Amino acid sequence: MANNSFVKTGYLTRFILRLDRFRISLWLVGLTFFTLIVPVAYTGLYENQQERDAMAVTMENPAMIAMVGPGNIENYTTGVMTAHQMLLITAVVVGIMSILLLTRHTRADEEDGLIEMIRSLPTGRLSYLNASLLVISGVSVALALITGFGLYALGIESMDLEGSLLYGAALGGTGLLFAGVTAVFAQLAETSRGTIGWSIAILLFTYLFRAITDVSDEALSWISPLGWVTKTEAYDANHWGPIFILIGVSVLLFILANYLHAIRDLERSFLPSKPGRRTATRFLQSPIGLAIRLQRTGMIAWAVGIFLIGISYGSVLGDMETFFEGNEMMEQMFQLTEGGSITEQFIPMLLIVMAIMSTIPPIMAMNKLRGEEKKDRLEHLLGRAVSRTRLMGGYVVLSVVNGFVMVSLSAIGLWSAGTAVMEEGLEFSMIYGASMSYFPAVLVMIGLAVFLMGYFPKYTTLVWLELFYSFIVLYLGGLMQFPEWVGKLSPFDYIPQVPSEDVSVMTLVMLTVIAIVLMVIGFIGFNKRDID
Amino acid sequence: MSLLKVTNLTKKFGTFTALDKVNLEVNKGEIYGFIGPNGAGKSTTIRVLLGILKATDGDVKLFDKDAWSDAVEIHRRVAYVPGDVNLWPNLTGGEVIDLFVKLRGSNNKSRREELIKKFDLDPTKKCRTYSKGNRQKVALIAAFSSDADLYILDEPTSGLDPLMEQIFQECVFDLKRQGKSVLLSSHILSEVEKLCDKVAIIREGTIIETGTLNELRHLTRTQILVDTKQPIEKLAELKGMHEIEETEQGLSFQVDTDQMDQVMRHISQFGIVKIESAPPTLEDLFMRHYEGTEKVDVSGAGGAQ
Ligand SMILES: Nc1ncnc2c1ncn2[C@@H]1O[C@H](COP(=O)(O)OP(=O)(O)O)[C@@H](O)[C@H]1O
Ligand SMILES: [Mg+2]
Repeated sequence: MANNSFVKTGYLTRFILRLDRFRISLWLVGLTFFTLIVPVAYTGLYENQQERDAMAVTMENPAMIAMVGPGNIENYTTGVMTAHQMLLITAVVVGIMSILLLTRHTRADEEDGLIEMIRSLPTGRLSYLNASLLVISGVSVALALITGFGLYALGIESMDLEGSLLYGAALGGTGLLFAGVTAVFAQLAETSRGTIGWSIAILLFTYLFRAITDVSDEALSWISPLGWVTKTEAYDANHWGPIFILIGVSVLLFILANYLHAIRDLERSFLPSKPGRRTATRFLQSPIGLAIRLQRTGMIAWAVGIFLIGISYGSVLGDMETFFEGNEMMEQMFQLTEGGSITEQFIPMLLIVMAIMSTIPPIMAMNKLRGEEKKDRLEHLLGRAVSRTRLMGGYVVLSVVNGFVMVSLSAIGLWSAGTAVMEEGLEFSMIYGASMSYFPAVLVMIGLAVFLMGYFPKYTTLVWLELFYSFIVLYLGGLMQFPEWVGKLSPFDYIPQVPSEDVSVMTLVMLTVIAIVLMVIGFIGFNKRDID
Repeated sequence: MSLLKVTNLTKKFGTFTALDKVNLEVNKGEIYGFIGPNGAGKSTTIRVLLGILKATDGDVKLFDKDAWSDAVEIHRRVAYVPGDVNLWPNLTGGEVIDLFVKLRGSNNKSRREELIKKFDLDPTKKCRTYSKGNRQKVALIAAFSSDADLYILDEPTSGLDPLMEQIFQECVFDLKRQGKSVLLSSHILSEVEKLCDKVAIIREGTIIETGTLNELRHLTRTQILVDTKQPIEKLAELKGMHEIEETEQGLSFQVDTDQMDQVMRHISQFGIVKIESAPPTLEDLFMRHYEGTEKVDVSGAGGAQ
């Protein structure tokens, strides 16, 4: 009986491997590249121990510890630096990989009725689950070995074989652990979205829990699996204990998932999704209400993300001077002038990057209209008493408000962290005003999206190209010394380098006018064209 | 009074002509069938009627207003069920029904509940979990619980099971009793025959037939199976005879409906023992157009040679 439950597991393992070979390869290549490129870049950026120590100082504040975990500042070699700044964040990405890969062949396949088909063949009841677990275990082991030996092969002095293998093992162990978590939630949740949602929630929870305990009481971080990852102290103390805990807990989770799978009926679950609303709220019953409802979760996530980016940029402001000292590349990038405070030089750069990031969610909000069109769902609205102007107007309003909120949040985040870590503090109106001066450029980008939606709906993605272009030109502009006209193709380039330069009201008004003109043209086009 | 009048409607997608001089007219209180094979242009016509696509040429009027420029005004009096009902995966069926009814203007709560029960839909489930049939139910419930003057339904039953189709038909009959008008596009002929007063048949973007069901039946053939005491002579020489075949049960043939009288007279001379006839169906008419070789027009004498 027990033996029958696993019939053809090997065959199914190969089957899943074949189905996912590209997907798995992409994850492995991507993660390995990401892992190996950073220490190489560090050796280029920080040539000696002094420079690394300077960097280490900037990492010694609660905001950074909450983000990347604790690190041994006393022994800040390239290896320790890599493990400190990269291991945790890479482990989170590995966790996401595990969650996505495993959900595909557990709850998602079950939802699609594929497992029913496979069960009807002479295979065991637990075979498919264990085949998926075998595949993900193989991926984790491969990841551990490839990154482990890969790091060692870089031949960086402070990155010895043991530390490198430990680094890889921490990544692989995280992969295993979140495969276990996902396997359990695939039994508990009723849908694949539910499985992914619950597992990612656990991932975030363990990350945040560790952030809080790392700052307050490091010993408590032993409760969080992501705490175990940083407790390995790769390249420094090299503790293997956490790896065994990771593997042990994973095995327990695998067994639990098998048990839950064995005692439940196919396509049933232990957490039945609760029934949704029977009727619509008043709020939902308008085109703009619907648009908000559809994007609510995403917008909140972006708002939190943008705010956190603001905070993390702000948190490094206090130590900027030490960071720049002797770093020629950075100095060139920011074109440091004699006398100007380095922070003042640096803030405009941060503001540009944050403004460009804050442009992403409003453009997503605007382009959602095209997404709805492609899915044939605009018909439901336009076939009823909703005019095209009202429909698009709702999206434009939503997008503009979204952009305003995002720019504001980035400024508030930057200011609140910055003022906390800087000796003299930061003036709120200066930071907020400087951030807001980018808002007209955000409006132009929204206007471009509206224009494309009206006249060239097939090419609405071009606005992303323009945004990416702006990023490249402005971020690398100083370094690459592009000719002037290259910058002029981006609306962000016209904004004066506030707060070090003065705001020119005329420029901002002109940009706003251009944005409005683009929008009006977009509305005219949208009112004249066929809906796909 | 005509609620909907389409004159010489042409629609091009680039160089491809999807509709070529289409004419349609739906009057108050009529249930109008709009039939044609897949890709014939039914959905395209309907989407022009709703101002979702812009006519390349021709005149499209609903309630004497222009389908494109007065779309919003018109839509307050129209209920529409699209051919492919795509819904928002993370809203529930109940939420979508309310949204749809509200966006039209009017609201009829008790009707909504009654229809949800009738169509056996669970409105608390997310649309993501709905099958095609269930999504269609959502759109149908939203349409039938709105108080419109004209109902435009694009292949509304293609995902429904026979039981639900029955309920759908009851709902359409209800509308008819209330004197509402319906434009029903379909490729299910039995449904159109049961429900519709008039039909238009479209093929490759052109209307090839319009008329009342009776007018169109005129053009179709009746299947006859007859056994006589003496063998029938000279049958093949009669007008309007097709596919004559000897079978064990007797002689089987098709006869053009408008030649029925003279054929019957002829046969009765030979002493009828048994006669069976199958009524003409739209199916026959439709199949003849599908085959594509014979062109029938309403005014002509009908029948193919
Ligand atoms: N947006 C479009 N662009 C190009 N061709 C289209 C478009 N929409 C429909 N067509 C074409 O028009 C013809 C009629 O389609 P449709 O009205 O959907 O047919 P039906 O509803 O009768 O099945 C088909 O050949 C289809 O491929
Ligand atoms: Mg169609």
